[in-house]
Amino acid sequence: MNVLLDTLFNGLAIGSVLMLAALGLAVVFGLMGVINMAHGELMMLGAYTTFVVQNLLKNGPLEGLFPVYILLSIPLAFLVSGLAGLLLEKTVIRRLYGRPLETLLATWGVSLILQQFVRSVSSAFFIGLIAAVALGLLAPRLLPAVWWRQRWSPLLGVGSWLGAGAIGIGLAAALGNERSLDQPWFSARNIDVTAPEWLRGSIDVAGVTMPTARLFIIALTLVSLLAVHWFLQKSVWGIRIRAVTQNRPMSSCLGIPTEKVDALTFSVGSGLAGVAGVAVTLLGSVGPNLGGNYIVDCFMVVVLGGVGKLLGTVVAALSIGVLSYILGSGSLLLLWPQMPAGLNETITFFATTSMAKVLVFILIVVFLQFRPAGLFPQKGRMVEA
Amino acid sequence: MRTISGIGRNGYKTSATSVPTFPETAVGLLRHGPRRQPIPRSIFMKPSAKRIPSLRLIGGATAFATAFSLVACGGGGTSTGGGFDGEVKVGILHSRSGTMAISENTVAEAELMAIDEINKAGGVKVDGKKLKIVPIEEDGASDWPTFAEKAKKLIDQDQVAVVFGGWTSASRKAMLPVFEAKDHFLFYPIQYEGQECSKNIFYSGATPNQQAEPAVSWLLKNKGKDFFLVGSDYVYPRTANTIMKEQLKVEGGNLVGEDYLPLGNTEVAPIIAKIKQALPKGGVIVNTLNGDSNVAFFKQMKAADLTPANGYTIMSFSIAEEEVAAIGPEYLEGTYAAWNFFQSLDTPASKKFTADFKAKYGDKRVTNDPAESAYNMVYLWAKGAEKANSVDDNKVRDALIGVTFDAPQGKIEVQPNHHTTELVMIGEVQKDGMFKIVENKGVLKPIAWNQFVPETKGYTCDWTQDRPDAGKFKM
Repeated sequence: MNVLLDTLFNGLAIGSVLMLAALGLAVVFGLMGVINMAHGELMMLGAYTTFVVQNLLKNGPLEGLFPVYILLSIPLAFLVSGLAGLLLEKTVIRRLYGRPLETLLATWGVSLILQQFVRSVSSAFFIGLIAAVALGLLAPRLLPAVWWRQRWSPLLGVGSWLGAGAIGIGLAAALGNERSLDQPWFSARNIDVTAPEWLRGSIDVAGVTMPTARLFIIALTLVSLLAVHWFLQKSVWGIRIRAVTQNRPMSSCLGIPTEKVDALTFSVGSGLAGVAGVAVTLLGSVGPNLGGNYIVDCFMVVVLGGVGKLLGTVVAALSIGVLSYILGSGSLLLLWPQMPAGLNETITFFATTSMAKVLVFILIVVFLQFRPAGLFPQKGRMVEA
Repeated sequence: MRTISGIGRNGYKTSATSVPTFPETAVGLLRHGPRRQPIPRSIFMKPSAKRIPSLRLIGGATAFATAFSLVACGGGGTSTGGGFDGEVKVGILHSRSGTMAISENTVAEAELMAIDEINKAGGVKVDGKKLKIVPIEEDGASDWPTFAEKAKKLIDQDQVAVVFGGWTSASRKAMLPVFEAKDHFLFYPIQYEGQECSKNIFYSGATPNQQAEPAVSWLLKNKGKDFFLVGSDYVYPRTANTIMKEQLKVEGGNLVGEDYLPLGNTEVAPIIAKIKQALPKGGVIVNTLNGDSNVAFFKQMKAADLTPANGYTIMSFSIAEEEVAAIGPEYLEGTYAAWNFFQSLDTPASKKFTADFKAKYGDKRVTNDPAESAYNMVYLWAKGAEKANSVDDNKVRDALIGVTFDAPQGKIEVQPNHHTTELVMIGEVQKDGMFKIVENKGVLKPIAWNQFVPETKGYTCDWTQDRPDAGKFKM
């Protein structure tokens, strides 16, 4: 009984992290069909937001709020990652809809840029970057309108961005001479996010030790899941998102602003990645490479669950969680002590964390051979298109 | 048409003809006339998605890429005063990017600091000449084949006198064939698993008998007999744990379990469950995890109440001052580590080393064992060159044996097996992230071939002997 409870709780704990991390991707990949390799880096932005909030509250006038800084970082991380996602959609993703291979490469590039960004961002760098982006975006308005209707207009577009970039670099270089502006904000090192006191202990329920951080993540996952469900099923924009997913030309004909819907869907998915980023600071390290640790697992969950269905993501995340816990901890041996010797040795061999991961992957690959569209494939005409 | 991934399910046909091929796109960029739309007018085509914005984007992306790369590569270059009669090039080969960069940057910085100091003191004095040491830096990029490739480049193209490099055993194992084939010279700074003794490598970090073995003996004597081993899944933790298991058999310990985590993995719930099953009332956990996994391990151990206060003694072999700061001292307080140097070591040499390092790289920085050992090896090489009166790698290698250096940890001496003597200490993590030295085992000589492991028991290594199997022979 105790073993069963233990397994369930730990499986739920592992599964909820996977679920939270994959939730945003389920929205972006599942509903929009965008392969977003930068999903992990959006999580990282959320984790860095947590770090910033923690440091702001640690020593300052708002010190009293420090114990709840993690709660404050959740909406902020959602906002930061959501805005980053919005920018990403507006500049890169929207040009690549319907071209999965290019999207994959472009978002992979974006993930590298984001990693390097947090490594080298300093005040001077940031100001230069903002200046370059603002100038590049404003260029069409600052330059005479007739210029944009010439045969050489494309060159002007490239040229204005090059010019804006050059000005940004110049500005950053000039400001970089000031030592205080040249200090990197985070540097390439991993940063230390410390959970508040109340999230560091554990409580005993029916003989099972439940770390409060894990309980917090489970609760956060549940809340996020309900919020996403409500948003997609009940809110006006959620209904529009689903309409566009099901039939884009028809939705467009009926007056739904599909471009705005795309931008919104992508931002919501990115924002959810930010929330996941807050959660993982309670468990692991926070550094520029954080995203890489989760991206494969996220795709695994979404693909196994079936693209386009939140329920699939939930079931897939939980089953992967329980499965990897049972295999990795060797709980099978405890449940069935008298098992045949051959089986016993096989299980012992796979009962290390790294072998369990291999086994979980094999099982998923085998499963996808029989159900290529995942646990809950989307039914209807669209699938056959 | 049946789609599997669902990417093409929104009416976009994924047949070969509809995908814009590269030449088509490239031509489309340059051509002034209206571009043929290669994508069928699918639902993804939006009325406002015109051509110009997409071209602006490409320009923008280029500009950004340039901006990032230019800003990221800050200019550098220090010049020391004149008065030299020549130069000697040395290679510095560490991961300056990728997952190991966090640790290896510090090591490379310590090496550069030692080179600066030697140059300021007049360089390497060989054959009546003062030679300036010129470091040539290469990035191993946390990728082991890259280490081998860059090592070849440093030897053949730059013709360096010696290469200081590596951190993980995997990177050393990748470089070893290069240095042996070219009969060149590598100095390796990190504590490692032993079981290696190359004519072409000098090791200034600890062997297991200078770190892991004394630590295990100390644990057996003071902390308990039940051991659980946790490590990352690669050569160092696997080999180190093999040695520890043999040692436990010999010295009367009891192995209750072991587990390995893939590098970079952060889900340790199964391991914690196993530890709880194996050690319900507390016991000794030996941690050879490397990198990010450590953070996850300690955060989740604390959350599961497997803390020193509840009877769990944790001894780590890859956690030094820098890692403590990154993980957070509140998670590590009360755990142990075994090293040859601690920043808190209370000697004038140690204090001077830390003060110099902080002055050069910033007040918030900390020194640690790998940095100290990297610093030492540059000095050892310079002393070896002066003793040999040449920078020729063969002569320096012969001369190095017996060279001594007053290192920050105290006096160290290069032994005939190409390893150095080391001061062995065990420290306990304090609230401020520093170690309190709880045990000082004194200076120990290195043993390359482990004497607990049956396969290598009785073997030794002595490069002063003139025999073909000097790297590994029966005593």
